[in-house]
Amino acid sequence: MIERKEIEHLAKLSHISFSEEELGGFATDIGSILEYVDQLKEISDVDTGVPSVGAVHNILREDGNSYVGGESRDEIINSFPEKEGDYLKVKKIL
Amino acid sequence: MIDTKTLTITELRKKLSAKEVTVREVAEVYLENIKKTDGGIHAYLEVFDDVLEQADLLQKKVDAGEDLPLLGVPMAMKDNILLKGRIASAASKMLEKYTAVYDATAVVKLKEAGALFLGRTNMDEFAMGGSTENSAYGPTKNPCDTTRVPGGSSGGSAASVAGDMALVAIGSDTGGSIRQPASFCGCVGLKPTYGRVSRYGLMAMGSSLDQIGPLTKTVADTEVLYNVLKGQDPMDSTSISEDTYSVSPEVKTVGVPIDLLDMEGLDPVVLENFQETLKKLEGEGYILKDVSFKNLSYALAAYYVIMPAEVSSNMARFDGVKYGLRVEGKDLNETYCLSRAEGFGKEVKRRIMLGTYVLSSGYYDAYYSKALSVKTLIQNDLEKMFADVDVIATPTAPTPAFKLGEKTNDPLQMYLEDIFTVPANIAGIPAISVPSGFASIEGKELPLGIQFFAPHGGEERLFSIGRICTGE
Repeated sequence: MIERKEIEHLAKLSHISFSEEELGGFATDIGSILEYVDQLKEISDVDTGVPSVGAVHNILREDGNSYVGGESRDEIINSFPEKEGDYLKVKKIL
Repeated sequence: MIDTKTLTITELRKKLSAKEVTVREVAEVYLENIKKTDGGIHAYLEVFDDVLEQADLLQKKVDAGEDLPLLGVPMAMKDNILLKGRIASAASKMLEKYTAVYDATAVVKLKEAGALFLGRTNMDEFAMGGSTENSAYGPTKNPCDTTRVPGGSSGGSAASVAGDMALVAIGSDTGGSIRQPASFCGCVGLKPTYGRVSRYGLMAMGSSLDQIGPLTKTVADTEVLYNVLKGQDPMDSTSISEDTYSVSPEVKTVGVPIDLLDMEGLDPVVLENFQETLKKLEGEGYILKDVSFKNLSYALAAYYVIMPAEVSSNMARFDGVKYGLRVEGKDLNETYCLSRAEGFGKEVKRRIMLGTYVLSSGYYDAYYSKALSVKTLIQNDLEKMFADVDVIATPTAPTPAFKLGEKTNDPLQMYLEDIFTVPANIAGIPAISVPSGFASIEGKELPLGIQFFAPHGGEERLFSIGRICTGE
């Protein structure tokens, strides 16, 4: 089981607002999922190192001018939730 | 004219070049089918309003004698793959009005190959789910039995093909999201080797697991689409080149994991069909071999740690600031929290929370590190098995298509649907689901599927044995 206080903390870390009722539901669901994944603990410690993702490593773009000359600029600006002129508008943070 | 029930890419292209039909006529047939059928299925979130214009442009290429692998092929796209200038919502309220700013690499390739885009298909929100019931726009129903789910998360794509509302469709697969709906709807579905198809322009869910792939009626059509989609891409640093892996295309031996016989939750109907299919393969001259996949049961547990961990990071970008839904709060932090509360559905929130938990200090070693070790164990298991056999067979899903609403209140039950499909994503190997017959349940014929795994880069093996199963 996962404690209520812990669920509240997770909600905060996840940046999601929840109602009291929702939090209760999540405590039950996440509790039962964690119970299932707990079977991982049956596996005795194996030194397997860090597995690699895929077959290729350290792929970097060649140095050079990657400026693409304002391609998609207008589309990106148009997808701002709120704007003033061409500026993205947000609430003040300081 | 054309019979959409039996049409294949090869046949369509023949008819188009012989001038038996025009691209517009073909498009009209599919649009008519959508109009007739989709009201009761809901495979599409949007049918594009320029389908006939696209058709006329493509007809010019046909008339000019251009030889392109997908010229005039009517296709449905999963809603999490970007088509420039069109909405891409991932079936989420978060991106309800989001218009794609660029084409996914897969889309660029499909366009170059002459594809005709019919519309975008329904899915579980951000590809999180196994039934398409997690869509913010209502579930898709299975064309074979409308009281049942089409599977997920690429449920709309599978239903569009099964319902003759598209000749082929594109999906994405993080833990089985192409193969399980293919199995539930009677289609062929392929998850390519990790890195084979560029993920650029696919909305990330579990970045180390995600792959784009086709859903079709035949293995031959899947192969055509695979050959168009694959290829290294500078925009996806995990994409691989043609010669990264070299595997012989031959299949003689089929491994059958003995461990799956006593797997919890495996429906007897599925097991029986699986064994019949194996017998058929034996009759075709394949050698069946028992293999031991001893860490199979841990694969799902590891998946439900690694995937939510990656989800919680990938979903952090949806904060109501730069694009997507914004719900204003009293300050920036509250704007984040309210936007995400309103924009995300329950399953997405659940996975973000779960991922945040397994990555949080104090639990990281117990869950995330352990899950990564299991990943290596699974890879080792598979490597050992592939030393003995050319492909490995399992049922695609432990059950036939289940009822709408049957598992929505029990996320763990829903997760267990992925038991046979996740090992391929965990290990990065290719896997295919092909139709293997039907289960007669409540007077309906519900499709079943058999799944094959091949070693990295072994897609050719999957096509070869898949063809035997479908009788192509």
